[in-house]
Amino acid sequence: MQCHSDQVVYMDNNATTRIAPEVVEAMMPFLTDCYGNPSSMHTFGGQVGQAVEQARESIARLIGARAEEIVFTSCGTESDSTAILSALQTFPEKRHIVTTRVEHPAVKSLCENLDNLTGHKHRITWLSVDADGTLDLESYRQALSDETAIVSVMWANNETGVLFPVEEMARIAKERGVLFHTDAVQAVGKVPINLGATDIDFLSLSGHKLHAPKGVGVLYVAKGTPFIPFINGGHQEHGRRGGTENVASIVGLGKACELAGANMEEENTRVRALRDKLEAGLLGSVPKSLLNGHAQDRLPNTANISFEYVEGEAILLHMNQHQICASSGSACTSGSLEPSHVLRAMGVPFTAAHGSIRFSLSTYNSEEEIDFVLEKMPAIIAKLRTMSPFWEENE
Amino acid sequence: MWEYTDKVQEHFIHPKNVGEVENPDGVGNVGSLACGDALKLTIKVDEKDIITDAKFKTFGCASAIASSSVLTEMLKGMPLAEAKNITNDDIAEALGGLPKEKMHCSVMGREALEAAIADFTGAILPMAQGEVVCECFGVTDLEVIRAVEENSLRSVEEITNFTKAGGGCGKCEERLREILVKTVEDLPEKAQSPPKEKRMTTLQKIKKIEQVLEREIKPTLKKDGGSIELIDVDGDFVTVSLRGACSGCHSSQTTLKEYVEKKLREQVLETLIVEEEK
Repeated sequence: MQCHSDQVVYMDNNATTRIAPEVVEAMMPFLTDCYGNPSSMHTFGGQVGQAVEQARESIARLIGARAEEIVFTSCGTESDSTAILSALQTFPEKRHIVTTRVEHPAVKSLCENLDNLTGHKHRITWLSVDADGTLDLESYRQALSDETAIVSVMWANNETGVLFPVEEMARIAKERGVLFHTDAVQAVGKVPINLGATDIDFLSLSGHKLHAPKGVGVLYVAKGTPFIPFINGGHQEHGRRGGTENVASIVGLGKACELAGANMEEENTRVRALRDKLEAGLLGSVPKSLLNGHAQDRLPNTANISFEYVEGEAILLHMNQHQICASSGSACTSGSLEPSHVLRAMGVPFTAAHGSIRFSLSTYNSEEEIDFVLEKMPAIIAKLRTMSPFWEENE
Repeated sequence: MWEYTDKVQEHFIHPKNVGEVENPDGVGNVGSLACGDALKLTIKVDEKDIITDAKFKTFGCASAIASSSVLTEMLKGMPLAEAKNITNDDIAEALGGLPKEKMHCSVMGREALEAAIADFTGAILPMAQGEVVCECFGVTDLEVIRAVEENSLRSVEEITNFTKAGGGCGKCEERLREILVKTVEDLPEKAQSPPKEKRMTTLQKIKKIEQVLEREIKPTLKKDGGSIELIDVDGDFVTVSLRGACSGCHSSQTTLKEYVEKKLREQVLETLIVEEEK
């Protein structure tokens, strides 16, 4: 298969990212020569085990954790399930979970199906967000009770990029003796994280969101946190996650974390500036367009913009004609009939929710690409609006 | 990503007849911003009751725009009496098929047409008089019943694909199931089991076979990079030609017998035998 990635303008990095060439290079020996099992007694396997441990240290360094607090998994979703189900098994008498209305399906869907999974009735508090997509800490405080087994709140929202004050929320949970999990797949590598200085008990991250391959994730388990494995099996990961290690991808993730650490400043300066230029350009040149999510408390790479009176799938397919890749929160793109649960939770009106487009950048984007998108978008929206029965009356 | 036919893409990227005809004789407005799609169809009708012009304005996804565009093309020059018989299936067929989750876009086209014709003739739209069962998308029981009857729907999921009913909060699911069961029970014996109908004319067979090919078999084969064409129907013998990745593939015989023949037997006629063109 030929994908011609050099011909596309890729602005869908919250969906997945390009594997960094340095990452591929670091992985190659483990896809060819170095195929030993890290658990083996012989040097041929043992040296592979050392590479896994080095990767563990690189990852720990990026998020301010200790190497022994890193557990490798297959993806962010597995990490989320592991953390939440572990807490529920640790405290079988506690049947209450606090989370938000804007979580990724990895957490949302798990919470919705807990009763079936565990055979017990659970009470879920879904914290609301305001129009900017931010949480109210007072309602959070009030939601916590002696029945609460775990809090699960994302660090950064995948659709809007809005950041939640998870460090403060973890401290509040700690005071109440409640475990705290954060799905940080969108935040790791984009904003500085120093877990050693927080009360966070569990954190999920995913390789493919930060230029490592798909199929590898991490669950951070703070030292001293009670833990019950999700996948039982061999003694890998010190008995915390059975199954032979996905060595090449783990090594790749280690390299990706080194790169992310080195690029953190660029992400928050150059990439942020590109995002700001794109955002200001679109809001300035397309009438009736608006930003979704808090203007400041946001990932540096994400811009979620609604174009009123037009529909997202139609916008995306026109962008596709110009090889521009992005995402939409419209109903039609998901196969469901309702627009994004995140935008609905924020109370974004239907006129805008159906026409939302998420641009998510990475260090591989250039200023020329931003200019190209800024050149093409106004015409696309204008064309669709001439077709829209609602446009004229609102012009 | 949706699998759209070339026809859908063509009508989406280069839609025909966008706008509103001047001094329209009939206007059909269906859908709403909240629903995520809406269509305003305007038609011009001459003294011989022939539709001389048709234009559309659509808010919606690619298949909604393509359905509207192809509908206006079908309508131009068509006698009103004939236009009244256009079904959502005719619209979908003119586009070379739609993904099943998008069938409601063709239904919207048909509803706009009915509304425009009713506006012209001064009739009252019967569908709108039903009782609203899906509040999220404003779908009435009469609309659901008709979709079930005309498209041989047999599950709540299919009802959602065709009418959007049940696709929002999901509260009406039980009610939809009741309507489904009742409608299927009420169907005359013959219509209830069209697959087992013994005597079908060759033309009926061809039409039905093509429908199943377009709607179910082609989209599935397309996922593996293949396609299929109907070559001939002679009695119970159906000759097809496998295209793309399917042709010359080792498992093509298995595909033909285990999948294509099975599907056609289930949905058209139990006695059909599918063969590949030599």
